[in-house]
Amino acid sequence: MALLFVSIALLALSGVPSIVGRGRAPALIAAALAVAGASVGSIPAARALVSGESSSFSHAWQIPFASFSVGLDALSALFLIPIFLLTALSAVYGYSYLRGHGRDGAGASPFFFGILAASMAMVVIARNGMLFLISWEVMALSSFFLVTHDDASERVRRAGITYLVATHIGTAFLLALFALMAMRTGSMEFEQWRGAASLAPSAGALFLLALVGFGTKAGFMPMHVWLPEAHPAAPSHVSAVMSGVMIKTGIYGLMRMLSLWGAPAEWWGWTLIAVGAVSGVMGVLSALAQHELKALLAYHSVENIGIIALGLGLGLVGVSRGMPAVAALALGGALLHVINHAVFKGLLFLGAGAVIRAAGTGEIDRLGGLIKRMPRTAASFLVGSAAISGLPPLNGFVSEFLIYLAAFALLGAPGATVFSAMPGLAVIASLALIGGLAAACFAKAFGTIFLGEPRSDAASSSTEPPLAMRAPMTILAAGCIAIGLGAPLVPRMLAPAVNSFTAGAIDASALAGAVPILTMLVAASAALIAVAAAALIVRRRLLSGREVKRTVTWDCGYAAPTTRMQYTASSFAQPLTSAFGALLRVRSHAEGVDGLFPEKGSFSSHARDFSREDVFEPLFATVASWLARFRVIQHGNVHLYILYIAVALISLLAWSFGGR
Amino acid sequence: MFAAVNIALALVLSPLLLGVINRTKAVVAGRKGQPLLQTYYDLWKLMHKGAAISRTTSWIFIAGPATGAAAAFTAALFMPCGTVPAVFSFQGDLIVFAYLFGLARFFTILAALDTGSAFEGMGASREAAYSAMAEPALLLALAALAREAGSASLAGIYGQYGAAHWSTSGPTLVLAIAAMFVVLLAENCRIPVDDPTTHLELTMIHEVMVLDHGGVDFAFITWSASLKLWLFGSLIVGIMLPAGATPPESLALRVGGMLGLAVAVGITESMMARLRLVRVPQLLTGAGALALLALMLSFSMR
Repeated sequence: MALLFVSIALLALSGVPSIVGRGRAPALIAAALAVAGASVGSIPAARALVSGESSSFSHAWQIPFASFSVGLDALSALFLIPIFLLTALSAVYGYSYLRGHGRDGAGASPFFFGILAASMAMVVIARNGMLFLISWEVMALSSFFLVTHDDASERVRRAGITYLVATHIGTAFLLALFALMAMRTGSMEFEQWRGAASLAPSAGALFLLALVGFGTKAGFMPMHVWLPEAHPAAPSHVSAVMSGVMIKTGIYGLMRMLSLWGAPAEWWGWTLIAVGAVSGVMGVLSALAQHELKALLAYHSVENIGIIALGLGLGLVGVSRGMPAVAALALGGALLHVINHAVFKGLLFLGAGAVIRAAGTGEIDRLGGLIKRMPRTAASFLVGSAAISGLPPLNGFVSEFLIYLAAFALLGAPGATVFSAMPGLAVIASLALIGGLAAACFAKAFGTIFLGEPRSDAASSSTEPPLAMRAPMTILAAGCIAIGLGAPLVPRMLAPAVNSFTAGAIDASALAGAVPILTMLVAASAALIAVAAAALIVRRRLLSGREVKRTVTWDCGYAAPTTRMQYTASSFAQPLTSAFGALLRVRSHAEGVDGLFPEKGSFSSHARDFSREDVFEPLFATVASWLARFRVIQHGNVHLYILYIAVALISLLAWSFGGR
Repeated sequence: MFAAVNIALALVLSPLLLGVINRTKAVVAGRKGQPLLQTYYDLWKLMHKGAAISRTTSWIFIAGPATGAAAAFTAALFMPCGTVPAVFSFQGDLIVFAYLFGLARFFTILAALDTGSAFEGMGASREAAYSAMAEPALLLALAALAREAGSASLAGIYGQYGAAHWSTSGPTLVLAIAAMFVVLLAENCRIPVDDPTTHLELTMIHEVMVLDHGGVDFAFITWSASLKLWLFGSLIVGIMLPAGATPPESLALRVGGMLGLAVAVGITESMMARLRLVRVPQLLTGAGALALLALMLSFSMR
């Protein structure tokens, strides 16, 4: 516990030098402090994750209802580890990325970065409702300031406001949730809530409040609206932390609350599966329709949160039916996906930052051919793309595979009926669809950005980023491969966290049953790699001594091909966006070429975000127009305001006396 | 021992399927047709060629065919034949089997985009779209079979079908086979989804993606395409193998069944025109619906 406090203090203070000092040195110190803090903190976290032992600390606090109660168990540790990992890597990356921005990397950004890291760690270890909410709010505000780093841009300011509003709507639901629980139990201590009988009658309402409140942070559809705004606006290393780990605190909060309420109702699982299926499928479809790399990645976060929700929902169904195999596999898969998503989405956002820094734009259709100019970034980005698409032998496949196994176990359960197997069926169908679409989307992104010929001058003059930006990407790419090939070790790491989530309701040792399966999987992966290597050796042997010409791409005999005639990302995605047009509603605007001497033609398309443009915007407009009626009392006339005060005081006095 | 024979048969005989399909189409059309062994001649010729590689391309262009071949080979290690075991067999291996082809496809698409050609981009785009829609149909059909067999492994599914099974759960099996047949046609660039013999780049899907590959690389592509056809065919033929057969009988019946399936594909191709591209999603959604129905029936039949 002491190490964890040192770590959080180091993280929180890491940015102070950068607001005090000027130039590169304070920025370097800030990054070093953040790395030090994260490294120190990962020691107790790793110990708690593997051993499953929990420790806690409590101290009184003057604030009403609050106490400084913190605890570290396997569930907290599982979320802490990606927080520390991505914080450290992003701090190093950010040191280099922010060079030349604002005050040359010093200033407010490293400061708020440290605060964000510390507050995320606090959220995950808080064991008191007030402490949790305070940490939650600090996390929201510090990330708001990080998002609006580039506040000269109107788009960034707009994104910041969207994020601020969205996160506070979520917090409002959490306030209601915590207030309700405090009212029923008379305490804000998590331990007092654990299994409290007084909570049972309203458990359903509590679940829905938590789903909306935490779901807004996590990015469940339709509460995801802030993600595709905030991520493109924020600096890339901030996006990596926000998308990789900050949104996971929403998942953590939901799981922590679920772990306190005792046996879940089965419909909670069904609800989470429905939310997960919608988030997953709509997230990846919306990603396909994006033209900007970081907006695309943001929608993929929605998709991956959907996959986590599918696993979590299936796990709840398993717990409520007393099926240990289903529950342990699904929850294990969901928790592993939490870590996996942090690793590959962190990697992809860092890669996106390298691309944007080199080419000056994140517009996918203006890039191309970067694999020759930035080979190492390209290799890392490729690993991340294959991993997020859930392809073997990488880590994304392992977590999806565990969830699949759980779904098949549910289908094959003795006495299963169509109705009882419906959750498993929904999970299989959604995962299969999501997997294929995600692969299509990342083939589009990687293919258009890194392959082919550059589509703009900026893309053709881009260069590899410095080592401080490359190394974090390489480490994360190695992580994708390591988790993929080390899959048999994974269940042992996950079992304590699953145990601490289900509080012993389910025997997590069922997860150990997956070890021989995962061992065979890794053997197959080894065979795959060996055969691919053998094929390349055969190819080299056969071609040695033969003529290997370097020539042009087959152009059907056309005399003057240009790089702008390449297939673009938008055209690549077109068959899918039009097949799913009813859901996506892509709007396109085309000015055709006509006449004998045609002027310029143009084409643009834009995918409407259903929940933003058809739910929230009209809703907010209605609320705003309704509230506008109150403007009549605002005259700007000071005398009138004094009159208001006097009237208010007198009526309060009257009420106060009348009440006696 | 028989497991090795099973794999060897897949590796060696799979190019023959393309010859049988082409011969069937020729016979139906009243032509003489190319030799049955034409694919082998092509492979032999390609293996002896040099290469002409576009300056636009990177290492992805070379990694694509090699990864495709490796993934198809690894998938062959997962496919049992009746009671002849596969090399890799475990609960959930059918998911790995399906995803290995996803990996191959991902790299084939990237290799196509690596050339910077609009034609190859077009093919890659279609391949990505149709395979994404075929994926749920395949997994739901496999889930239906897994449910019938009470086991989520290919060995469990394909080790036990027999007359008794067919009489109790015939409808599920028929629907699953129908769904998988559509997936087979779509995934292996057959009419009505893709026309492997078309000569116009604009209308192709798979062939246009590999337009720039030649020599050894193209040999890898051709061979892994025929192996993929063999393996998808095995998913269907395996259901019809009798349960009590000895390993040699199973292997022989499998080969016979595969040739029969190739004839069926050839006849399908002869009787149908290629669908308009916008109609293909409907076909694949239909296959998904059949698979879903198969899965739901598998519950009520018990």
